[in-house]
This record gives sequence, C-alpha cells and structure tokens, in this order.
Amino acid sequence: MTVTASKPANFDRRLHRRRKIYNYVFLALTGIATAIALIALALIMETLVVKGLAGMNIQVFTLSQPPPDMPGGLLNAIVGSLIMCAVGMVIALFIGILAGTWLAEYGDGTRLATVVRFLNDILISAPSILIGLFVYELLVRPFQGFSAAAGAVALALLAMPVATRATEDIMRLQPYALREAGMALGANRGLVIRSIIWRASTSGLMTGALLSFARISGETAPLLFTTLGNPFLSFRLNQPMAALPTTIFQFAMSAYDDWQRLAWAGALIIAVTVLTTNILGRALTRGSTQK
Amino acid sequence: MMSAMASAASPDHQTLPGAAAKPRNDTAFRWLCLGAVLAMMAALLGLVGSLVSGGWLALSHFGISFFTTSTWDPVADQYGAAAPIVGTLVTAFLALVLSLPVAVGVAVFLVEICPQGIARWLAIAVELLAGIPSIVYGMWGLFVLAPWFAANIQLPLMMAAQPGSWLESFISGVPNGANIFTASLILAVMILPYMAAILRELLMSVPSHMREAAYGLGCTQREVVVRIMLPYVQKSAIGAVMLGLGRALGETMAVTFIIGNSHNFPHSLFDSGSTISSTIANEFTEATGDMHLSALVALGLVLFMITFVTIALARLLLGRGGTK
Amino acid sequence: MMFKQIMIGAGLAVTLTGVANADSFTGAGSTFAAPIFTAWAQGYKSASNNEMNYQAIGSGGGIRQIEAKTVDFGATDKPLQLADLNKFGLSQFPTVVGGIVPIVNLPGVNPGQLHLTGDVLANIFLGRITRWNDPQITRINPGVKLIGLPVTVVHRSDGSGTTFVFTSYLSHKSQAWANTVGANDSVNWKTGLGGKGNDGVAAFVKQTPGSIGYVEYVYARKDKVTLALVQNAAGKFPQPNVGAFAAAAASAPWGKVPGNYIMLVDQPGQNAWPISGATFVLVPRNPANPGRTAAVLRFFDWAYKTGDKTAIALDYVPLPGPVKDLIRRQWSNEIKTGGRPVYNGK
Repeated sequence: MTVTASKPANFDRRLHRRRKIYNYVFLALTGIATAIALIALALIMETLVVKGLAGMNIQVFTLSQPPPDMPGGLLNAIVGSLIMCAVGMVIALFIGILAGTWLAEYGDGTRLATVVRFLNDILISAPSILIGLFVYELLVRPFQGFSAAAGAVALALLAMPVATRATEDIMRLQPYALREAGMALGANRGLVIRSIIWRASTSGLMTGALLSFARISGETAPLLFTTLGNPFLSFRLNQPMAALPTTIFQFAMSAYDDWQRLAWAGALIIAVTVLTTNILGRALTRGSTQK
Repeated sequence: MMSAMASAASPDHQTLPGAAAKPRNDTAFRWLCLGAVLAMMAALLGLVGSLVSGGWLALSHFGISFFTTSTWDPVADQYGAAAPIVGTLVTAFLALVLSLPVAVGVAVFLVEICPQGIARWLAIAVELLAGIPSIVYGMWGLFVLAPWFAANIQLPLMMAAQPGSWLESFISGVPNGANIFTASLILAVMILPYMAAILRELLMSVPSHMREAAYGLGCTQREVVVRIMLPYVQKSAIGAVMLGLGRALGETMAVTFIIGNSHNFPHSLFDSGSTISSTIANEFTEATGDMHLSALVALGLVLFMITFVTIALARLLLGRGGTK
Repeated sequence: MMFKQIMIGAGLAVTLTGVANADSFTGAGSTFAAPIFTAWAQGYKSASNNEMNYQAIGSGGGIRQIEAKTVDFGATDKPLQLADLNKFGLSQFPTVVGGIVPIVNLPGVNPGQLHLTGDVLANIFLGRITRWNDPQITRINPGVKLIGLPVTVVHRSDGSGTTFVFTSYLSHKSQAWANTVGANDSVNWKTGLGGKGNDGVAAFVKQTPGSIGYVEYVYARKDKVTLALVQNAAGKFPQPNVGAFAAAAASAPWGKVPGNYIMLVDQPGQNAWPISGATFVLVPRNPANPGRTAAVLRFFDWAYKTGDKTAIALDYVPLPGPVKDLIRRQWSNEIKTGGRPVYNGK
C-alpha cells in the first residue's frame, strides 16, 4: 500500500464505515421491531393460554352451552361458527377472487378499476357493526327472523374485500413473462389466468384467504344482529345459530365463574384454530409450489 | 386450492397443452369476473344507502352542529359528535404511528435478515396475533395493560410533571389506565400483524434479480431495503397500511373496554374519550328513540366519510390513482 | 383441495337444515335476565323437549326486535308506557326482580360500611361532590374514616337497563338530577368514565381509589367489591340481598297499573332495597303466528310454576304468587287470535 494511493482509499473507507454503521443500526432496529412484536404476542398469549387452558376440558367440545353454575361446553357455538364461517368464506372467496382477478387482469388501467379499487378499500374499512346493521335490514327484517344464513352473509361481506385486495395485489406481482408464455402456447387470457397466474399466486392467495378468515373468525358485532345466537345445537341455516365470538362475549361479561372460564377456553379455541389454519395453509402451499 | 377452483370453473382445463381453448370461454370468464366486481359494488352501495337513509333524520335535524358540538344527551335527544370524531382520528392515527415502523421492521427482518427456517415460524407467530379475537385484546387491555400502565407509566409521569407545565396538561387524567393512549396502544398491537403479514408477502415478491443486482453493486442490506425493495412495493404497501388503518378506525370491542367511554371532549392524551365505533357498539343495541338511533347511524356515516377522505388522500399523495 | 372440502361441508350443512328440531321459539333483550332465562330454558328443554332460545342483546334491542317481529318475545328492564304498548300492539308482563348496588373503592372503608342517601348519590354522580370528605357524606357517616380523596365516578358506557333503573332512582330522589340528566338506559353523564358492562364498571372501580360505580347485585357479590348501603323510603339502610329485593317487589302496585308500567325504585317497606327493578316480557297482542306466542306463554307459565327455586339460586326474586295469577288472567284477556285467547293454561 503506497502513501499516494491511500488518500482516496481512506476517504472511501470512511464512507464505507458509515454505510456499515447505518446498516448495523438498521438491522438492529428491525430486530428490535420483531422483538417488540413477539413480546406483545407473548404477553397476550400468556393471558390467553393460562386462562384458556384452565377452562379447557373434554366437555367444552361435547356439550352445548350451560345455564349458570351447570356443567356444559361450547359445542353449539363451535359447530355454528364452523358452519357460518365456511359458508361465508365460500361466498367471499368466490366473489373476492373473481373481483380481484378482474382488477388485476381485465380492468387494469380503466377508470372503473380505479373507482372499484378505491371503493374496495373503503369496504375493507367499514366497521363490522355497520355491516351487521346492513345485513339486518337486508335479510333479517324483511324475513322477520334471525338466521345463520344472514350471519354467513355478514361474514362474507367482511371477508370479501380483504380477499379481493389480496388477490389483486398478488396477481399483479406475477411477471408478465408468465402470461406471455401462456399466450404463446395458444391459451386465451381466461385460461392463462386460471391455469397459470392463479397457480403461480397460490401462496399469496392462501395468505389472503387466511387473512380474511382471521378477520371474520373472531367477529362479534356483525353476528349479534344477524344470527343472534342459540343455546342449543342447531344445523338449520334459516334459524338462529350460535357463534363462538358472540358466546364468548356474552360469557366473558357475565358474573359466573363457569361462564368466564368457558369464554377464555373459547377464545383459545379460536386462536388455535387460526394458528392451525395458518400452519396447514403453509404446508399445503409449500407442497404444491416448491418455492 | 386455487387449482381446484380453476378446474371447477373451467371444464376446458385439460385442453391447455392442445391449445384448443375457445375465445368464447374467455368472454364468459371475463363477465363472471366483472359480475363479481359489480356484486361487491352493489353491497357497498347498499351499505352506504342504508347509512344515509338511517342517519338522515339526525343529520338534517342537527345540521353542522352534529359535527361541532360535543353534547351527547339521549334523554334530551341532543346529539353532537365532535368528541367521538376527534377520538377516532386521534386513536387511529396514534395507532398507525406506533405500529407502522414496527410492522415494516418485522417484515424486513423476516424477509432479509432472519434465516428462512426461523422466519417461517416467526411469521406464523406474528400472524397468530391476528387470529386472537378482539375481545381478548379488550379484556387483556382492561385487566392487564391498564393497571400496569397506570402504576408504571401514568402515575410516575404525573408525579414528575411540573404543575402547570405543558407536560402536565398533556398527561392529566384519572390514573387508571383507561384513556386514549392505552386504547391506541391496544389498537397498534391489533393492526400490527395485519400490516406485517402483508408487507412481508410483498417484500418476498420483489424479483430476486433486482436485489441481486443491487447487492452486486455493493449495496448494504439497508440500502437494498430502503432504496430498492420498499420503493418497489410502495404502492401495494399502501394497501397494507389501509387495511391496518381500517381495522383501527372500525375496531369496536377492544377499544370499548379500555378507552373510558366519555362523551366529553378529551383534554389530554391520558384523558378518557370515545370513538365512533365504540359509541355505536355501546349504544346501538339499547337505543330505542328514533333520533338516538339515527344519530348513531349518522356516526357510522361519518366514519365512512373519514375513511373515504383518508384513502382519497393516500391515493392523491401517491399520484395517478394507484395504477402501476 | 380445501375449497372442495369447504363446499362439501357447506353442502352437508345445507342438507342438515332439513332435519327438524322440536318446537323452538326465540326471545331477545335484557342482559340482566339472561342467566335466569337461560337456566329456565335448559330446564324446559329437559321437561318438554321444546327449545327456548333467549339472547341477551340488551333491553332496547329486545323492544326493537319485538316491534319488528323478528323474535317471538322481547325482554326489557325498562318497561314500556301504555301508549307505546298500544302503538305496537304489545302486551307486557313482569318476570323476575333484582337489585342494583353502588360499589366504591375507598381505602380503609369496609363493605357495607359507607351509607349514602339518594340525594348524596345524585350529587356525587352530578359531579357536585368532588371529595370523599365532603360534609354531605361525612354527616351521614359518623365513625367512618373518610379522607379528602377525589371522587371518580364510573358508569356504564353501554346503554343498559341497569342504568335505566339507577337513573330512575336518582331522578326520583333528586330534583336536580331529574332536571339536568333524567332517566334513560344511556344518559348524558356530567362526570366520570364509562366501563363496558357490569364487569367493566367493577374493573375500573377496583383499579381506581376514590371511585364509585353501580352494578347488578350478582356482580357485587361475585367480585368482592366494597358495596355501599343506600337509605330506603322508610329511612333505613337495608343490606342488599334477595330478601330486600323481595320486600321492594312486595309493595309494588301490581295489577293496578294498566300496561304493567311498574317501577320498583324507592318502594315503602322497612326492609325494601331502594334501587330494585323487574324484567318485563313483551309479546304481540294479536300475533301473526299464534302458535309461537302460545309457546312463549306456555314457557313462562311453566317458569312461574316450577322456576322459583332456580331464580333464587341465581339471586333473582320470583314474583309473589298472586301477581302470577294476575298475569295469567292478563294473558287470556289481552293476547288473542280471532277473538279467542292464544293460550289458556294448556
């Protein structure tokens, strides 16, 4: 190393060091952010798991909800939630994926797409209690009765815009070369979308579906005025049906220890269900796309 | 799952290798997609329509004073919504400010820094936060966060504040942790996983050749993330932020437990307040008077307008209405 | 793959809707009465295999839903005036009675030690008494150590029949309260902060020294909070318990008020708890579906006959026997289809 060459090299080194320091600070900050998120998770999970496990036993899954101070479980609410979430998700994914596809593929660049995208964002932000009110006016009042079907529609309205948004975002990120390759094989646009783009987006679509499921799985407000609730096990879509979140809400605010224990057990069930769906979804995705 | 749906929607699925697809097939699919879009728009129109018709009585009766006064009196049928409107804006904005940097940090950490094996599990852990029912956040806030906050932050701060100083007026309030700030804190925790999950998904979608090219030029990880990756996903990232903001604006249960639910205008960060959705959740089931009911629905309409303006502003700032 | 499974699941659910349950009917309303109605429903199901689905959506919600005829009966802690009953074609009858108690958080003060009068309670909730050593309080509490702690008022944030009964009592006792606030299920509070539900109020009171709130008696008993005694119309300070609520119910003018608009606040009687209230059930007078209204009446007839023990076990006060007979007579007189009673005891 000669003296003459060291001057510019020295200058570079200082800049290099500063860039390195910035980088370390940046990396540390992201690490701290993750730590904050995990600590928050740990704190809430601790409360949830400790209180949830205390209320957990086999009766929770085998008996329907009890009156105060009697043995019972959450069977009616679990079954009701499964049915309404399933029906709601089918509706939401069907409409949401198709609408997202239109936005990403057909409508792109048109004025209608801009408007639709904008309105979809607003629908995402619609307070869930107002969705409940709307469905009440749409399906409950005219038919003079609360029903599981109305509850499912309310959940679908909540999940739909989330699914649309996720579908569009993920499809847009697929490289154009994929589409060109499909076209070059002679497929028309619809076929390219369904057979290539959707398949390439599976992972993202799955995340979208899971997010929408997470959005509706714990919702109380839109169900109160649509499906009402039912202390007995019911499979009828045209009758009031119980749902886990509404039952949890009712029990958590009650004065009876048994009911409060069941409420925490129910909350844990919802959280574990979402976790399991997440892990399953990821396992499925990894198996099918080999990322 | 999607492939199953594709094959259900298209019996021609198997004909791809033979390239025998008919043009009509595309038209049908296109109309189906458009139909889905129109169905969604109809739902939104119906929603807004029911809000306008429901809230009209109160809005036409109180006019501008509905927005400028903060008397909320169901007995005398006097309704002014200034306090919940301000409460909504303050809590949602605070929650976003507290949450967004953390969400970006988490997403970057998971995508760029953490080993992929661990990242997958961390991502699941963070997303798990999104799966916890909001009532759990509310009860956790009420029974765990609020007492802790009152004892360890609020009281020491109040003791330390000089009487008459700006700090004192900023943090005055009943020291029980039920206030606007703790409500924002709960909201921030609630919206974090939503934003982090989507941001992570977006960052992972940045084409690897772009990152590799930047690294090849000798960029540090910070420079790649800040200069290349974040700008690349910027537009879609607005969606993640909007989702978080929407959740913060509309969240009812968690906020209701902890904000203190006072209809008086909040005087400090540690004063109890109310938000639009907490007011609706609190009173909607019990309201029997026509004007009371209408005032609550009108509040819902106001929430819609706030959302509308927020999203419009976000798009305006980003220019050209969000198309790529 | 998952999609197909979901579709199959949904299909299964839809086909199962064909499987008919036994006779079932739906009611909604008062949160206060939900535990006892649920307990009765369980007993009724065992006894008759009929399913009574009651959901606690709040008293106001119960009134609105029965007006909209989306449920078979509504239940409310805030009775409807005769004019409203006539307007919507509803019949109203009482079911169970309960009480509301003030709770406080005062270091050094034991449960039941603090005495309050209606007037003082009103002034506290009006924000006119701001320190616990205010002469108005110390005068009626000789021997109780009260320091100058600031008063923090905690009220219900959600609209509630509990709030209606409590504010009715304050309106009854204090002209100032009646003039500036009034009685309703949610009111324009002059001071304090709101907790969500009884639990929320109890939690805030427990966390805030110097605070005062009000909850249903069951919650005060459960949470081991410090309850305060309130002076009744006879000038006594009775302990709140089932006996004191029963004493309030005993002297009410049952059967003498058209439409059964009966408030149980500040009833005469040495032992009557002053802040008591009843839960009322609303059914249509000329039901579009007489079978379901008959099922509702059959259920409450059964509950009147066999449900008293359950009610007492859950800290509710059943109605006195003669009142039940009055109500049965009211059913056959008021609730008719085609000129004939929908339910006549069978």
